Amino acid sequence: MTPVLELRNITKRFPGVLANDHISLTLEPGEIHALLGENGAGKTTLMNILYGLYSPDEGEIVVRGEPVRITSPTDAISRGIGMVHQHFMLIPVFTVTENVMLGEETVRFGDVLDRKAAGRRVRQISEQYGLQVEPEVRVEDLPVGVQQRVEIIKLLYRAADILILDEPTAVLTPQEADELFKIMRTLAQQGKSIIFITHKLREVLEVADRITVIRRGAVVGETRPAEADKNKLAEMMVGRHVNLEVDKEAAKTGPPVLTVENLVVFDERKQVAVDQVSFEVRAGEILGVAGVQGNGQTELVQALTGLRPARGGRITLAGTDITQASPRQITELGVAHVPEDRQRDGLVLSYPVIDNLVLQTYYQPPFSRGVVLQGRAMQENATRLIEEFDIRTPSEETTAGSLSGGNQQKVIVAREFSRPIHLLIASQPTRGLDVGSIEYIHDRIIQKRSGGTGVLLVSPELDEVMQLSDRIAVMYRGRFVAVLDATQVSKEYIGLLMAGVTPEQAGTPTAPRKTVEVTL
Amino acid sequence: MATIALQPRYKLVSPTRQRVLGIIYLALAFLLWFAFIRPLTADAVTTFGMTPGGLGVRELAPWQLPTRTTILLMAAVTAVVGGVQLVRGFGRWSTLVLGLVVGVFVFGFLIWSAAGRSLNLAGLLRATLSAAVPITLGALSGVLCERAGVVNIAIEGMMLAAAMMACLVGSITHNLWIGLLGGILTGALMAAVLAVLSIKYMTNQIISGTVINIFATGMTSFVSSKFLQTNQALNDPGVFRTFPIPGLVDIPLVGPIFFHNNMFVYGMFVLLFVLQFALFSTRWGLRLRSVGEHPKAADTLGINVFRTRYMAVILGGLVAGFAGSYFTLGSVGRFDEVMTAGRGFIGLAAMIFGNWTPFGSFGAGLLFGFANSLAAGIAILGSSIPSEFLLMAPYVATILVLAGVVGRGQMPAADGTPYEKE
Amino acid sequence: MTEETKPKLDAGKVLTQELVGEGKGAPRGGGRQVAQAVIVPLLAVVTALLIGALIIILTTESVYAAFRASIGSGLVESLRVVGEAYGALFAGAFGDPAKIAAAISSGDAQAIRRAVNPFFESLVAATPYIYGGLAVALGFRGGLFNIGVEGQLFVGALCATFVGYALTGLPTIVHLPLTILAGALGGAIWGFVPGYLKAKTGAHEVINTIMMNYIAFRLSDWLLSGPMKRAESFNPVSPWIQDSAKLPRFFDSPIRFHAGFFLALIVAGLVWWFLFRTRWGFDLRTVGANPHAARYAGMSIVLWTVMAMGISGALAGMAGSNEVIGVNYNMAMSFSSGYGFDSIALALLGNSHPVGVVLSALLFGALRNGATRMQVVAGIPIDIISILQALILMFIAAPAIIRSIYRLRAAGKGEQVVSLRSWGE
Repeated sequence: MTPVLELRNITKRFPGVLANDHISLTLEPGEIHALLGENGAGKTTLMNILYGLYSPDEGEIVVRGEPVRITSPTDAISRGIGMVHQHFMLIPVFTVTENVMLGEETVRFGDVLDRKAAGRRVRQISEQYGLQVEPEVRVEDLPVGVQQRVEIIKLLYRAADILILDEPTAVLTPQEADELFKIMRTLAQQGKSIIFITHKLREVLEVADRITVIRRGAVVGETRPAEADKNKLAEMMVGRHVNLEVDKEAAKTGPPVLTVENLVVFDERKQVAVDQVSFEVRAGEILGVAGVQGNGQTELVQALTGLRPARGGRITLAGTDITQASPRQITELGVAHVPEDRQRDGLVLSYPVIDNLVLQTYYQPPFSRGVVLQGRAMQENATRLIEEFDIRTPSEETTAGSLSGGNQQKVIVAREFSRPIHLLIASQPTRGLDVGSIEYIHDRIIQKRSGGTGVLLVSPELDEVMQLSDRIAVMYRGRFVAVLDATQVSKEYIGLLMAGVTPEQAGTPTAPRKTVEVTL
Repeated sequence: MATIALQPRYKLVSPTRQRVLGIIYLALAFLLWFAFIRPLTADAVTTFGMTPGGLGVRELAPWQLPTRTTILLMAAVTAVVGGVQLVRGFGRWSTLVLGLVVGVFVFGFLIWSAAGRSLNLAGLLRATLSAAVPITLGALSGVLCERAGVVNIAIEGMMLAAAMMACLVGSITHNLWIGLLGGILTGALMAAVLAVLSIKYMTNQIISGTVINIFATGMTSFVSSKFLQTNQALNDPGVFRTFPIPGLVDIPLVGPIFFHNNMFVYGMFVLLFVLQFALFSTRWGLRLRSVGEHPKAADTLGINVFRTRYMAVILGGLVAGFAGSYFTLGSVGRFDEVMTAGRGFIGLAAMIFGNWTPFGSFGAGLLFGFANSLAAGIAILGSSIPSEFLLMAPYVATILVLAGVVGRGQMPAADGTPYEKE
Repeated sequence: MTEETKPKLDAGKVLTQELVGEGKGAPRGGGRQVAQAVIVPLLAVVTALLIGALIIILTTESVYAAFRASIGSGLVESLRVVGEAYGALFAGAFGDPAKIAAAISSGDAQAIRRAVNPFFESLVAATPYIYGGLAVALGFRGGLFNIGVEGQLFVGALCATFVGYALTGLPTIVHLPLTILAGALGGAIWGFVPGYLKAKTGAHEVINTIMMNYIAFRLSDWLLSGPMKRAESFNPVSPWIQDSAKLPRFFDSPIRFHAGFFLALIVAGLVWWFLFRTRWGFDLRTVGANPHAARYAGMSIVLWTVMAMGISGALAGMAGSNEVIGVNYNMAMSFSSGYGFDSIALALLGNSHPVGVVLSALLFGALRNGATRMQVVAGIPIDIISILQALILMFIAAPAIIRSIYRLRAAGKGEQVVSLRSWGE
């Protein structure tokens, strides 16, 4: 059977980087083919080439037996290739129908939009593939999992039969991911071929028919789930034996450093984002907060760090009430915060590394005497921290914007970890980083914990939370659904809680129910 | 993305704002009584003339009001509203109530100013419409550009340049229509420069807008000093005459005001309807708005972001050119230096106030136009308030509006961000 | 290439533009960065002057007449006209070298003063530009676009004038600083209002400052025709200020060069020190560069937005009061020749850095001074300066245009980011 798609020796160079190195891959009709690789391996570049956003320096693309040159996304679509991006390409204020028909609008009398006809087609596609999407709802009012399905409808509306899904489960709970896999299988059964990009080993083993592993821009192996196992795949991805477990001794906890009682926080739309949450973090332990992004974690961290007002409840840090404290007061009381969005909140990209390293402390001695900044002290500080934290930068004067993601995060970590602190709040500390940087940051966090600091770790990456935490809290719709001992809980159980299943219905932590009937 | 909505168990409007507004309303009621009612004699009568102006137009009988009683009534209403606002608030209707109270207060002020005398109310309304024309057209220009994601603060400069060109070309050719064409094309030309700077060179759009404004001011004053002042023949294009729309013009009060105007006013109405429809019910409009909301998404669907933005900005320039021509060819019939006097910027405020929609812009334009005409009307009455303060009215109104008295609405999400193709 | 290497553009919330800028104080990156920072502005000015020459040629009758005769005579006439215009510009800005030489050899003090006057007059003209440019530059550093400098300098002038004529019997050492302070305070208040509105309600300062300008003009109109009008005059002009409120001059008439110039330089130095050597300046710049990170770092966005506009307004107010206490000794509606708007181009030409601002101010002062003479001698309306400014501003804002015209290499990684925000924030 001729492959529906063939990539032969695709090569792409960017200044200083060989993103794709003679990559070859085939896709059979009705197949789900996973493209596995860590962040930065070149998977997205490859798919962008396929989708017409880049053109390859060498190699060719063969669609249904015919060599083609794909010059733009429109061109790709016309050949039946569609892509669902990691960051959705949806317009929040438009309805589902408007989003789906944009670019392919149904019109009457010349240019007038025919929303009804388009809406009918959207509904028909939704029913055919079990997508359950209402056409006339504004996209911004839909939950993330449903928005993703709108993206899929966009492709099906245009009769795509080669679908590329780029890290689709990044924003989904394990259960929503399973829903997605079901949909993928339906699509494959109805003749669609799917390329599925991910760095998550578990998913690949669950849904793929074939797996191609990419490392540093080149194919390092191809296999089938039946013949592969997680450790071997990880090794292929990274190139060396990867310790999937983190070494840590049992927690030696002390008194609570952070106590939160009945905390209530609103989001931008004045709706309750954190709904009467209570918990505590003790010295020397890591409390991980698991949950799909968008369930109030961001607002929780903002309230704890003074960036968003608390509307109710109390926050106490080592005995001091900080419920209405300002960010600076909280920092001065010994709290470090590694923010979720490092480029927006954690750094000033146009400032040199020197300035970024003193962003929290510039106004105190030794960096300021009275009103005047002490350049030399700042310089010495920078030199010391660059070495100690292994920040790869041409000089301390380099602007932070020129550094790689991993090094930017190291600047933040260096800054936050080099002060005496009682509490560390780390929000998605390894988002978008390569494996080496991830290991480094995890090590540093464990170090802090061993040193007696209390750590609050907030991350949608369940693996990370499970590896590092001593206790795990699950956040769903603004509430802490449960707080569990990390050593006595299974991933499936947490996954159920993350999706909104109540503890009673989910079974026991070590033996979660396999099928749960709930309306999500 | 969005947090899943829960039942709002907590109040939506901040209690402080509610109380402050309540106190303000009560204060206004008090002011109405104290400043306006007390000094009046009991039998003062305010006459509102109803002559909209124009030849052969039917006049309505003047509207006479017993001054004291009317203002007393208004003060009472305001006080009651203030009380309710203080205690309960109006929830979703807060903004509407605010608008009503302001309206009542202004009307009371009018009645007081015209106490014992006659004020031509219909004339005032007519002047409001005239004043609203350049502001609304400016706002429409802004809507076109900003809905596509390009901030355009150069509307003032475009209007000024167009005004001068329309005057110059009209004078040279002795033809109003060619003059108008000259004005419109000038607007488009300046818009093209803005477009190239903002889209191709990706400059900061506020700076490129300022470039156009400074250039226009310099260029028009230069030409005016060198040619128009010295040679009167170059500064005398004539004016488009007003004409009635038969039938509609006979509707009492509304007829003469709306349907006996020159082509600029009619053109504005046509543009209003056309743009409102085009933006929200056609494919062209959907694509334009998508480029302003999420250009990357539009790009992946095959829409040419750059071309759409160029088109939107140049169309906006055409409208601004039309607006500018109004100053010379539709109003005074000659060009004076910097005659636009900030109305391009007020147009921007009207656009924001009108939530980036054509109809909204018109409403806002009427409001600002009213502030303008009110000042003129009061000055004619010989009020005790110096005319300079009244002339400040539209500018102060703009600041108040922008200060979020009405809230900030929904601007296009990608407004102002240059689009970079990777 | 991962997505991480590219700084994210937060749609709708941040307008970013690459301007050649410097992080703090003198550039440490070596000659290359300095060269970059100087070449583009220099070429911008030169190119603008060339285009100005073209405009002059196109709008002069005699050129057309000469072209009708022959191409040759047309070209000659063009060159003559431009030469006459720019010659007048130069003479007006710096003085006529022939006249200066003659005056010196004659030994007549008055003649010398007259001959050298243009140069000093350029310095006098540059002084309000220094303040205005600093005002706009400081605003930019704080992430704000202060187009209200014109209005702020009017209000500053009003306050300084009032304190200048109303307070009598005070010694200079008290009166003069008080007057200067009044001017700064007036401007500060006028800048404070839009700053406060921006901080608290998010209303964009571009429109608000423009509105404040018009309000300031009307206010001045009213005051100068009414409460602040000089009794014995028919015109709207203020009374003369007391001698004790005047800035000392260094030479006799006609040279008007006064101490305000040096005061302005001192203020420029203070602004530099404030922005780059104090923690307050660090706060202000960080709020401008990235308000999210600034909040995270514990800085108060509200405070520094208001302070930035307030200090900016104060500097603008000093520009206005400078004209009153140093040059005119009274105030009339026509006292400002559009310093406020010129300052915008100035600040950008100077990279929003005090040193660049001072240099640009000297240039603009010379241009404006020279243009007055150009108007008288060659009949070129002074508005051509605005046209030149707009062109300079355009070339600075889009350096790619200059680079493509002159085939320069693209600038390296040293380029900085100065951010201005759109309506939403």
